[in-house]
Formats: sequence, structure tokens, C-alpha cells
Amino acid sequence: MRQKAVGGDRQGKGMASTTGNAEATPEVSGAVEADDGVRRRDFINIAAVSAAGVGGAVVLLPLVSQMAPSADVLAESTTELDISTLEVGQSIKAVFRKQPIFVRRLTPAEIEAANAVDVSALRDPATLDEITKPGHGDVLVVMGVCTHLGCVPLGAQEGENKGEFGGYFCPCHGSHYDTAARIRKGPAPTNLAVPEYQFTSDTTIVIG
Amino acid sequence: MIRLVGILIGLGFTFVVLLAFVTGAYTAATEEVAETAEHAFHEESHGPEAGYSFDGPFGTWNLAQLQRGYQVYKEVCSACHSLNYVAIRDLAQLGYSEAQVKAEAATWQVPGVNPDTGESEMRQALPTDYFPSPYPNAVAAAAANNNAIPPDLSLMAKARHHGSDYIYSLLTGYQEPPARLLEEFPDAAPGPGLYYNPYFANLNLAMAPPITSDGQVTYADGTDATISQMSADVAAFLTWTAEPTLIKRKQTGWPVLGFLLFATILAWFAKKQIWADAKPRRKD
Amino acid sequence: MSFPWAKEYTPQTGLTKFLDEKLPLPRLVYNAVGAGYPVPRNLSYFWNFGVLAGFFLVLQIVTGVVLAMHYAANTQVAFASVEHLMRDVNWGWLMRYTHANGASFFFVVIYIHIFRGLFYASYKPPREMIWLIGVVIFLLMMATAFMGYVLPWGQMSFWGAQVITGLFEAIPLVGPPLKTWLLGGFAPDNAALNRFFSLHYLLPFVIAGCVILHIWALHIPGSSNPTGVEVKDQSDTLPFHPYYTAKDGFGLGVALLVFMTFVFFLPNMLGHPDNYIEANPLSTPAHIVPEWYFYPFYAILRAFTFDFILPAKLWGVLAMFSAILVWFFLPWLDKGPVRSGHYRPLFRKFFWFGLIPVMAVLFYCGGAPAEEPYVMISQIATAYYFLHFLVILPIISSIERPDPLPFSITEAVLGSDKKAVLGENAEPVAT
Repeated sequence: MRQKAVGGDRQGKGMASTTGNAEATPEVSGAVEADDGVRRRDFINIAAVSAAGVGGAVVLLPLVSQMAPSADVLAESTTELDISTLEVGQSIKAVFRKQPIFVRRLTPAEIEAANAVDVSALRDPATLDEITKPGHGDVLVVMGVCTHLGCVPLGAQEGENKGEFGGYFCPCHGSHYDTAARIRKGPAPTNLAVPEYQFTSDTTIVIG
Repeated sequence: MIRLVGILIGLGFTFVVLLAFVTGAYTAATEEVAETAEHAFHEESHGPEAGYSFDGPFGTWNLAQLQRGYQVYKEVCSACHSLNYVAIRDLAQLGYSEAQVKAEAATWQVPGVNPDTGESEMRQALPTDYFPSPYPNAVAAAAANNNAIPPDLSLMAKARHHGSDYIYSLLTGYQEPPARLLEEFPDAAPGPGLYYNPYFANLNLAMAPPITSDGQVTYADGTDATISQMSADVAAFLTWTAEPTLIKRKQTGWPVLGFLLFATILAWFAKKQIWADAKPRRKD
Repeated sequence: MSFPWAKEYTPQTGLTKFLDEKLPLPRLVYNAVGAGYPVPRNLSYFWNFGVLAGFFLVLQIVTGVVLAMHYAANTQVAFASVEHLMRDVNWGWLMRYTHANGASFFFVVIYIHIFRGLFYASYKPPREMIWLIGVVIFLLMMATAFMGYVLPWGQMSFWGAQVITGLFEAIPLVGPPLKTWLLGGFAPDNAALNRFFSLHYLLPFVIAGCVILHIWALHIPGSSNPTGVEVKDQSDTLPFHPYYTAKDGFGLGVALLVFMTFVFFLPNMLGHPDNYIEANPLSTPAHIVPEWYFYPFYAILRAFTFDFILPAKLWGVLAMFSAILVWFFLPWLDKGPVRSGHYRPLFRKFFWFGLIPVMAVLFYCGGAPAEEPYVMISQIATAYYFLHFLVILPIISSIERPDPLPFSITEAVLGSDKKAVLGENAEPVAT
């Protein structure tokens, strides 16, 4: 449609066109014609350059999205964990989306210590109940990734430094987490992240 | 000087290559070129009569057919042939639900490690696993198949000319060697453990006819499982495994070509308009 | 740039004034492909192919960088990493098909560009240097394309690497150790794959550098044109922008239409099915051929089947390399006073009825199996190929009587009936 309009316009203006469209536009005449003609002629160039620009922008889409996670990476974005053998006071380190995840069955003493804290005084206020799932208040599932700069905190394995608050301790810059994995001391801004997870049975957790 | 040297070199190469031509021509004229059995009996592959749903620039997958083809692969081909580059999760593209894919994955056994002892053992596959190989390694595959290793099928439809047709033709093309072949080329008769098939490059292949009788597979959707139907279905399935993005590719192509056509027409008019005032005028 | 009437770049905004003073990049672009570069006004669509070649080089580099983000140059996983790219990476199939077919189209465009140069004798003074750099670019392209084809580590990749490096074995004395050195082993393996990947990533940037030299050399005499008559005054030229940017934009659209038809609907047509089989050092495919753009040279290689003083294999290798090397000497082999084939009746006959059909035959025979009659046909074609460049061209350029040339480009463009105009007014340019 647009091309037709331009072809017709050119004929109307009587330009040096040999193959112009047969549709003349007799309505356009006089002084208005010159101005309008110039604008219309520019229009085709602007349209052509814009089309090239749109094309170039669309090409960016695959170029950018090829760097996003591929189908095989996305397919591995859930992890299923069996915690039937996890005993009180024990931790397991698992891998979720290529990052460590800590699952710990808290001892009654640790639960008590976590609940004794004045929540409002914390840097990132949260109660143990908010961090764990209802009915599984003793199972602490957190990402093993320090919220400061991404190191893996110590404390999940037997004999590791658990920090001043008996939870996790990040050796990189000295962040101390308590028994509910809440930040208590050091540079980390927030508690250890709790991933999306759910209990599909009493002993099975699906993360992600 | 350069031209003189050039002419000499040019004549030199010409002389040598013409010498080669003369000796070649002499050989061709004096020696009969033996006709080969492959040349005389090999047949061009063809697809099923109805064609495939994915043929042509507007083709689409027939998901029901792909599911049937998967069933044929699973129940027949997978006994010997691997599908190394295809993940079980990819079955979701054939129209299976997430739960169905998970259930399907559980029917395959893949090599794993016992988490307590570290011993190798087979475990149930997960959707993220790739289809397992029927043999632990190439040596085992060769040993079990009279030294002919069954090839991986993931890319078979792209690894042969007209691959989808080739698979169909090969599966339906087993036959007794024609009498004329045995007469003229006694050496080309299938040896022990070989089977005559005119669609195979050297006519005799080590794979026994895999699809031998109607109803070999019982289709869940009630389709009549004739030999031709099963062959077409598995050929379609293997076309999908070779290029799961085939249909997406064609469907992306149309808007791209449409846009390019539009932009090119615009560019043509812009070019015409810009050049309109560039035509030089005669002085007269 | 090269003509006194070339428009001068005048920065308008504060930023461009600042840049023009500190780093005159806008001025460079303006003078190279902008309104500051006067171009003969009579260029045909054959002159679009230089810009198209530049486009395909950029396309190959962009898609290649993307592919390299997902490819792993290790024989254990190379083939699988390409399949991962095709199946799981977002738009990976599009990137790879664009790159694979982009290589083919780069060669299509380059061949047309070269044959434009041959027909219009663009290699003649004062443009010898442009031509020489162009031949270097072509050689670099061949090396890059060959090494790129090895990377997927399919059957054709492996056997291509085996055969091409085997060519060096033909060189007396140093041949066999040279081949071992090139491969870093006795057969193509991890060492070869890794170095090919490294060089395949490097060479395109070397090509890009040569392209800059090519364009630089072009801007000294300015573009040639279909009449072969040099620019005389301002009326013979038009500024590159907007006239030729518009024309190139349209040409690019047409090229992309054809190219994208291949990428989306026939992506494997120019490739070989065997390359979808993982490399197997113990089994050679029945019919191995290089990629189509090497066919003419492969045909020349195979045409030499007779041991004459030197072994046939060495003759083949020598002839194959010479087939390209002769192009280097064209400016001195073709001494005719007139450039354009339009005004060289004898040259034109040999070009259209000799060289072009012979190249077509060589293209065909190079892809055909090495059996009769293809070998005999390619032997005749090979003989003509060398005769054409090394014997016929020098001789006809001495004896030919060219047609009268138009006085100027403007005159050639003027009037609807070019021939009539030429008949009335044209005088041959004294040379």
C-alpha cells in the first residue's frame, strides 16, 4: 500500500520516473504539493531505514537469548532429596542448580537457641517457623551460599567452624549465621536464602 | 618476462594434465570398466505413499505418529540401537505430559552409582537422563552383533541422503536377492549373517529385518500396525530425533522471509527515489 | 578522498567536532563509505558484491563468536557439543545453520566478486594492490573455511582434515614430517582439533584486517566501473552515500532473501549427510569430497593422474596451489590497454565461452566421484584453465583490437541507446 502511494505521488509530481505507478494523485496540486511531496519522499527513506533498524533489533533477540540457560540446564532445575536417614544434629550437603544446599535436622537445643533470639533486633528479621515448613520445624533447608559475596559457609560438615552463634560461618569475610541460618555478625546483608521447596512426603523434599 | 615464464608454466601444466588425459583415455578405451552390483541394483529410497506430515515448507509434526514411532523404537530398535543425543525429557515435545514423561523415564534403566557403596549399578532413569545405550561400550556392541556395531540412531535421518525416506525404504525393503543378481554377480550374494536390501549402499547389511510381521507392536491408539505403518512411524520419530527444531525452523522462516521481502521492496523504492535525481541530463 | 571534488567532512555537533579533533573516526567513515567518497555513477549490480562480502564476514564473525560460547574443542565432546547447541541452546540451531550456510554464501559472493574483477579486468593498473590483497583474502578464507569444517568432528570433518593435510605430504623430503607437525600427531586428533579451533577463531580477524587494507588500497585510485574508463570529472561520479548505500541496501535485501531461504528451508542442502556421523578414524565414507566451494580446486588436484618426472600427487598439489597463485600475476599477464570486457571482443569470447563453462565443469567434476568420465573431463577443463590464464590471456592481450571506448563515464551513461551514443561520439582512449 505504501509503495503504491509513493509511486502515485511521484507521478503526480512529475519527477523523472520511468516506471512510476500508474495511479496518479490529481488531488495534490499547487504549493502544498511541493512540501507534501518532499515529506512523502522522505517517508520512504525513513521507512526503509526503520525497517532495517527493526530487522537489526529482532536479530538481537536470538543473539541475546542464546546466552540464557539452555534446555538441559533448565531441566535440571529441580532436585529431589530423601532425608529419611538424616538424624537429629546431622546435616547433608546437596547440590541444587549447581550450588550447594544445606539440609539440617536441628537438635532441640538449637531450636531453643533460635527461638530465644529477639527477632526485632536482627538484621534480617525472621523466626525459625518462618524459615522452616509447618510440621517440619526441625528441618532447616537453606542455600549454602553466603549472601555477602557467594562463598560457601562452613558448619554443615562435622567438625567445621560453626561461628559464634553455632550455625554457619563464612570464612571469606567472617559472616556468622545462627542455628536458624540468620545473619548475626559480619558483612552479609541477609540470612542464608531459603530456596523454594516442599515436602512431597515426610521424608522427601523437592527443591525448585 | 613474467608473461614468458607464465606461458611456459601454463604449457607445462597443460602438457602434464593432457598426458594424464591421454593415458586415462587409453585405459578407458582398452579396458572394460566392470559393472558393479551396487551400481546395477541399488535403488533410490522413497517415503511412504502418503508422505510425511512434516514434508514441505508448511509441514507440521503429527504427534500421534511420533508417539507411535517412539513406541516402535522402544519395543524394537532400542534392543540394539542407542539414541545418545536425545534426552528423555525431550519426549515432552511429543505431547506427553510432565507426569507421563516421568513415568516413561522410569521404564528405562541407566547406569548409575550406588550412593552407599559407590558400586556401579543400574538405576531408574530420570527425565534429565539421555536414552541409554543397549551396550556398555563399542566392544560389547561389536561382540554381540557379529562385529557390525549398530549405529546410533539420533541423527540417522540427517546422516543419509533423504534420511526419512531412507529409513522407511530400508525397513520395508528387505527381500530375497533377485535371481539376476546371483547370476551376474555371484560375489554380491548375501553371505552368512547378511541380508539383501537394495536400499542399502552395498546391498547386503548385517541387520536382520527388524520389523517382520503386522501387529509386532500393539499401538495404544488403535492404529493398525502394518509393517509399512510401523516403518513410517519410526522413520517419522527418527526425523524428529535428528532435528527436534525442524518445524520451529520452518515456522520461523516464514515471518523472516515475509519481513525481508517487505524491507527489500521498501529498499527498492528508496533506492529508486534516491537515484531519480541522479540521472544525468543531456545538454541539448 | 581521491578526487578534488570529493565532499569535505564538516562536523556539525559538539560531539562530532570533539571527535574530529581527537580521533577523526566519523571523518574516516564519511570518506570511506559516506558522502565523501565519489564513485563512478555507472556501477552495475555486480559492484554490490564487495559490500555483500563485507556483510557476510561480519555475519560469520558474529555467529562464530556465539557458536564458540557453546562449542568444546575436544574430540571426546566436540560432536556432542554441536548437538547440544542444535537441540538445547536457545536459538542454537539458527546460529549454527546461519554460520554453516553463511560460509557457503560468503564464497558465492566472493566468487561473483572475483569474476566481476576478472571480466572488467579490475586487477589492471592502477588497482594491482587491491587485487593482490583480494587474492590473499581469498586464500585466508579457504584456510578458515577448511578449519571450520573440521570443528564439528563429523566423518567429513575428520577425513577432510586427513586428506587436506595429506596434500602437504606430497612435498619432497619435508612433506611427511610437515604433515605430522601440522596435525600434532600422525592422524587428526585432539591436537589438530584444538589448533584448528584456535586458528579458525583467529583468521577471520586477520581477514578483517586485510579487508581494511583492501578498502584502503581501493580508495587511492577509486572504484573501477563497467566501462573501464577512468573518472574524468565530477559529472562522472556520485557520492557513495546516499546513492550506493541505497543500492547496496537493496542488494543486501535480495541476498538475505535467498540466504534466509536456505537457512530456514534447506539448511543441510549445501552440506554432506556424512558429517552428521561422528568422526570414526577406522572407517572412511564411501565418497569423500570437500565443501562445494573447493570443488574446482579439488577437481584440478585429482586431474593429475600420471607420474611425469614428478609423482602425480605432487603435480596435483602443485597445480592446485598454482591455480590460485596465477591470479597473483594477472596484472602482469594481461597487458591489454583496455580494461572492461565489454570493449574487448576476443577477451570476452574466451571469458564467456572458455573460462566460465570450464569453471562450471570443474565445479561439477570436483563434486563427482573419482571415476570416468569425470576425471577425463576435469583433465580437459584443467588444461584449459591453465591455458586461459597463462597462455591465452597474455597472447590475446597483445593482439586484440579493442572496440572504441566511450569518451567518459558520463557519456556512456547518457542517452537511452548507449550503442548509438558510442557510435557517434566515442573515440578510443589513446594508451
